[in-house]
Amino acid sequence: MTVTHSGQRRTPKAAKTSSVFKKVVMAVSGIILVLYLVAHMVGNLKLFAGAETFNGYSEWIRRIGEPAVPGQTVLWIIRLVLLVAVAAHIWAAISLWRQAKRARPQQYVARKQVAQSYASRTMRWGGVILGLFIVYHILDLTLGVANPAGHDATPYDRAIAGFSNPFVTLVYVVALLALGFHLRHGVWSATQTLGQSNKTRERTVNAFATVFAVVLTAGFLIPPLSVLVGIIE
Amino acid sequence: MNLKLRVWRQRSAAEKGKMVTYQVADVSPDMSFLEMLDVLNEQLILDGEDPVSFDHDCREGICGSCGVMINGRAHGNGLFDSHPQTATCQLHMRSFKDGDTIDVEPWRATAFPLIKDLAVDRSALDRIIQAGGYISAPTGTAPEAHSILVAKKDSDAAFDAATCIGCGACVAACPNASSMLFTSSKVVHLGLMPQGQPERDDRVVNMIHQQDLEGFGGCTNIGECSASCPKGISMENISRLNHDLLGALRAGARPKS
Repeated sequence: MTVTHSGQRRTPKAAKTSSVFKKVVMAVSGIILVLYLVAHMVGNLKLFAGAETFNGYSEWIRRIGEPAVPGQTVLWIIRLVLLVAVAAHIWAAISLWRQAKRARPQQYVARKQVAQSYASRTMRWGGVILGLFIVYHILDLTLGVANPAGHDATPYDRAIAGFSNPFVTLVYVVALLALGFHLRHGVWSATQTLGQSNKTRERTVNAFATVFAVVLTAGFLIPPLSVLVGIIE
Repeated sequence: MNLKLRVWRQRSAAEKGKMVTYQVADVSPDMSFLEMLDVLNEQLILDGEDPVSFDHDCREGICGSCGVMINGRAHGNGLFDSHPQTATCQLHMRSFKDGDTIDVEPWRATAFPLIKDLAVDRSALDRIIQAGGYISAPTGTAPEAHSILVAKKDSDAAFDAATCIGCGACVAACPNASSMLFTSSKVVHLGLMPQGQPERDDRVVNMIHQQDLEGFGGCTNIGECSASCPKGISMENISRLNHDLLGALRAGARPKS
């Protein structure tokens, strides 16, 4: 008979935060970011309305709330909320990633997945790609330092100058496809995590997640691709 | 049938293990997977070798003792379209073809320390139950069964959750080695019943706390668990657990350490 040795048992370390709570942090911060993305995507489509409208829209974002509050106040509140949401999202992800790594140090020799989708499998590395992309994206179009038109150009000119370069557009396309997959699983997973799914809703939630991911990704892809092929000049 | 088996052999948790190849001849298609392993073990004993250790008990698919990874799938579930999801003991050799190579591995998770070969220690699941998977009821004369009414919808869902046999396939199949499907089925099957209400908040908080302490991973809602579960436990239980946990935390329930 084989007896389990006491050494095989782990001494439980105090778990400060439950894994489910971390998932809730992930879901809530994810929803904040998704809501922002919807507004961002709609704003991007104003590129089709021409330079004046687009630059005017960009200017308006900086003046929201004036004269009640000084210029850029609302903008900075939005930026702060996004920064906190991104930080919380990354913290929860890293913490759960490490927990999962610790939970199975030895891998299977033979492994076959049947249920998991491409989207769910690429959540973590897809998230890393998105994090790196966001840094590049801010340097490119917000700060303008990584943009061919430079910091002093108007937002419209920066967008045109950047997306006229096929390599820049390719980076955006890859990142946006990663975003689409991230959203496909993220929307479904957040619904589960917040306890809002059940057997009857499951199909609807999954269908909505797919449609939402496709629409948002397409909405983001249209302006850069239109610039590249010359529909927007 | 003649089969080539590649079985994980490991004498103890302290020693290194490896896949060892065995030939098993004259396997009847009517044998269960465990009976096929019995044939291999008889052959090994006759050859003076150490037989392969594996857990089993009822061999009727209801006790949850058996369970190995078969060709990279927990209990082999998901490999055969024609075959319903079962425990390893109810998987029959007719599902395989003559000349097949079959990989057999133990459940792999930090929370399931290996005992020997294919046998792992799953008492972590028992400790999760101990942390809250019970109700407190006065003993003595049993009350009239019809004095507490349960909605049909709730009793059905509770029963579906209660079919969990605690085999650990969900943990084995989960890319995060999470036991969420197991824990959620226990939380839900009591949480849907009137008898489970007094301890509902403490139950979910304490069981999740214990699950984390045991070293299981977190749930990322991938669904490998449900696809590997011999009882087909639904992912909706995980959603219900999350809902219960959020409610319990709001109500101020905290894990007792």
